Amino acid sequence: MDRLKNYSDFKALQDRLIADQAPNIPTIVISAGTCGQASGANELIRIAKRELLDNELSDRVRLRITGCHGFCEQEASVLVEPAGTFYPKVQQKDMPRVVCSVARGEVVEDLLYVDPASGRRLEKQSEIPFFKTQCRTILGRNEKVDPIRVFQYIENGGYASLGKVLERGDPQWVIEEIKASGLRGRGGAGFPTGLKWEYLARQQNGTWKYLICNADEGDPGAYMDRAVLEGNPHSVIEGMLIGAYATGAKEGVIYVRAEYPLAVKHCVIALRQARELGFLGENILGSRLSFNIRLVKGAGAFVCGEETALMRSCEGRVGEPRQRPPFPIERGIDGKPTAINNVETWANVPVILRQGARAFAKTGTEKSTGTKIFSLVGKVRNTGLVEVPMGMPIWEIVNTIGGGPIGKKKLKAVQTGGPSGGCIPARLFDLPIDYDSLADAGSIMGSGGMIVMDESTCMVDVARYFMNFLKDESCGKCFTCRKGTQRMFEILDDISKGLARMDHLDLLEELATTVRDTSMCGLGQTAPNPVLSTLKYFRDEYVKHIEDKKCPAGVCKSLITYSINDKCTGCNLCSKSCPVDAIAGDRKVRHVIEPGKCIKCGVCVTVCKLDAVEVR
Amino acid sequence: MVNLTINGLKVAVQDGSSILEAAKFLGFPIPTLCHNDGLHPYGACRLCVVEIGEGPRARMVSSCTHPVQEGMKVRTASSRVVKARKMVLELLLASCPQSKVIQDLASAHNIRQQRFKQEHEQCIMCGLCVRMCKEQMVAKAISFRGRGERRSIGTPFDAKSEVCRQCGGCIYVCPACQLRCTYSDPSKVICGGCANLTPPCVGKNESFDDMMCYMSPCVACEIKKD
Ligand SMILES: Cc1cc2nc3c(=O)[nH]c(=O)nc-3n(C[C@H](O)[C@H](O)[C@H](O)COP(=O)(O)O)c2cc1C
Ligand code: SF4
Ligand code: SF4
Ligand code: SF4
Ligand code: SF4
Ligand code: FES
Repeated sequence: MDRLKNYSDFKALQDRLIADQAPNIPTIVISAGTCGQASGANELIRIAKRELLDNELSDRVRLRITGCHGFCEQEASVLVEPAGTFYPKVQQKDMPRVVCSVARGEVVEDLLYVDPASGRRLEKQSEIPFFKTQCRTILGRNEKVDPIRVFQYIENGGYASLGKVLERGDPQWVIEEIKASGLRGRGGAGFPTGLKWEYLARQQNGTWKYLICNADEGDPGAYMDRAVLEGNPHSVIEGMLIGAYATGAKEGVIYVRAEYPLAVKHCVIALRQARELGFLGENILGSRLSFNIRLVKGAGAFVCGEETALMRSCEGRVGEPRQRPPFPIERGIDGKPTAINNVETWANVPVILRQGARAFAKTGTEKSTGTKIFSLVGKVRNTGLVEVPMGMPIWEIVNTIGGGPIGKKKLKAVQTGGPSGGCIPARLFDLPIDYDSLADAGSIMGSGGMIVMDESTCMVDVARYFMNFLKDESCGKCFTCRKGTQRMFEILDDISKGLARMDHLDLLEELATTVRDTSMCGLGQTAPNPVLSTLKYFRDEYVKHIEDKKCPAGVCKSLITYSINDKCTGCNLCSKSCPVDAIAGDRKVRHVIEPGKCIKCGVCVTVCKLDAVEVR
Repeated sequence: MVNLTINGLKVAVQDGSSILEAAKFLGFPIPTLCHNDGLHPYGACRLCVVEIGEGPRARMVSSCTHPVQEGMKVRTASSRVVKARKMVLELLLASCPQSKVIQDLASAHNIRQQRFKQEHEQCIMCGLCVRMCKEQMVAKAISFRGRGERRSIGTPFDAKSEVCRQCGGCIYVCPACQLRCTYSDPSKVICGGCANLTPPCVGKNESFDDMMCYMSPCVACEIKKD
């Protein structure tokens, strides 16, 4: 690859790439992000390549290997362009048929997605309810580009926003655009990005400034940053370059979790390509902009996602948050002014400059503009990554996109914002998803985790689970955060075992408030959220655990008993599956569980086809 | 100079000082535990919290680490601060009841109850010893390891340290073990915590001068004098 010396070089390359496009040649798009690969996408790629070669179809059908498309539930999936045909859960044996049908311009009916509501087969991706109401500004681009081919990114309009910015030659204009777009940080707190950049641009403390891309994503169950970095690393690099031009930063750092090998690999490749093409280095595209990006692999702690801890980790020190002020914008890495943004925030930057700030701000609500990617998991039919305009009500995400509850049980709550987020009860599902409404309801946007819970979820157990995570992940510097999370866990554990008294609830609340108020960093300040929000909305469940010694959801092992009712026909299924032989009874006679022997593993409930095993 | 108000009083203090320094200079008491004038502030114990800002934006910060800022409004004893302080002390008492320093603080703040399960921890992770060793003894023999529940203090890999001079500085500042107040004969000790700890100079050929030894008054020296 030759280094692009100036803007017209770049324009010529882009024009050539676009002219060479053959939009009518059908393309098989295989989603091969980490989740796709885990579901066998690599095998599908191998088979597809072989089929294309064996049948000499390489000229007539193209193959594109991309990052995650979002519908993880239906991985490994295949998309056919330009028709938009979507094949979910493609098996290896079916792949040759898909390839041949594409060559013939046909559709393999029996492999299409079946809409669970209507039972009909839906051909096009855009008809599938999961995709229909999404607004996939960021994620949708994953389908269009092979992450290791920079030319595909460029032919889809990549680096054009950077070109536009360099042509215009006015850093202040860029900042004004970002400010006007209303973009807020997607990493948690929702700080206005334009304002952050303006502060950095104004810093006079020396000439060296840093930009950071925060890809540490330590929340259990969240993987939107992984999907973006894996599927479209150049969009993040382009965002950072635009940021560098606007703020005068000289060096960038992408801080990515070491547990994301594919994201690391794609980033390394993308950075090398960008360097070779002259998007990184000195005098980028012949302008005054000089910028380099290096990759730092994360140390593997949740708290390293916190900005000051992350910067210390970049300096090679222990990832422990420090007092702010001084804020990183004044003193960040090595004491130099530093601005940090989330992966998704960076990926939004080229979009804003492409669409224009005003067009961007039309999506979403007045105070939260644009779209947000959520990782929708839990007790819904369709799990995966969903990108929706800000302000979409929760029920729409859960019921329309998520397809509603997975079983017969009613939905009870959603938990947003990762481990230190809060639970929002079903009666508040009209709540629009944006930074401020979530905060008012006692939760947070966080980086975008969304766990759906139904009536088989015990809220005390949920709080206990998150507190267990947080007590291990607190860096331990602040006494109240370290000990406070341990003590909250201790009390929650006692409640779940029926060992607590009613005055423990007051103690728990008092302790949670103190931990929130007195901790130094965001981890400690938000750690009580799971406790406070469940206490606020589901206090009655706590009370039932304490006063009646009952777990209404049938989760807390110490408080439940298993018994067999008269629906039992004596089929022997349960007694054969019980690992401790706790079920007695002759064939065709109602079985009985010996409470002393039962270890409450729940196997009998799952095997019984007649709902004869009761949990109380 | 920086202008701010502390408990309603308009004051001007030196640039770059912490809220704690400013408040102390002006005579407003703020309890501290992990703070030591000779060491860099660390902000571990959270006992020194004060409230800054007003209305819904009011929040609490540790005064030992937070710098004063122009126009800042500080309250060192608002009801929110007092409540939090009491909870911190209750937690400390529940974890480390044997510490004389914690006992005194708890009694000074009228802590009458302790509602958590009683523990007897050796260390509250205040980091005084680590800072003492690094900043005053320039030895860097000990440091924090691990995070969360598994956080602990010790030498790298728990091996006998090559750089520790056994000066005792770490023990001198420790609020939890308080070995200084005890005696090496178990029958005569107050807390017994140090029964198996030898005073730093005993059995070593180097002579410790006053500058090196922080164990003053030290039982070993007193015995030698006789
Ligand atoms: C405990 C903790 C963990 C965090 N983890 C992440 C993370 O994994 N990814 C992220 O982008 N931001 C994380 N943040 C938020 C960052 O500190 C920072 O606010 C964010 O990266 C700023 O970028 P933004 O303005 O684009 O949101 C975390 C914050 C805290 C307190
Ligand atoms: S609040 Fe918790 S995670 Fe944050 S600095 Fe304090 S101890 Fe560490
Ligand atoms: S819950 Fe498990 S141990 Fe108990 S009776 Fe059923 S299968 Fe046996
Ligand atoms: S005795 Fe002195 S040198 Fe050794 S660890 Fe303690 S403070 Fe450091
Ligand atoms: S050993 Fe003592 S001085 Fe060191 S951190 Fe623990 S309590 Fe603090
Ligand atoms: S004295 Fe300030 S946190 Fe300990």
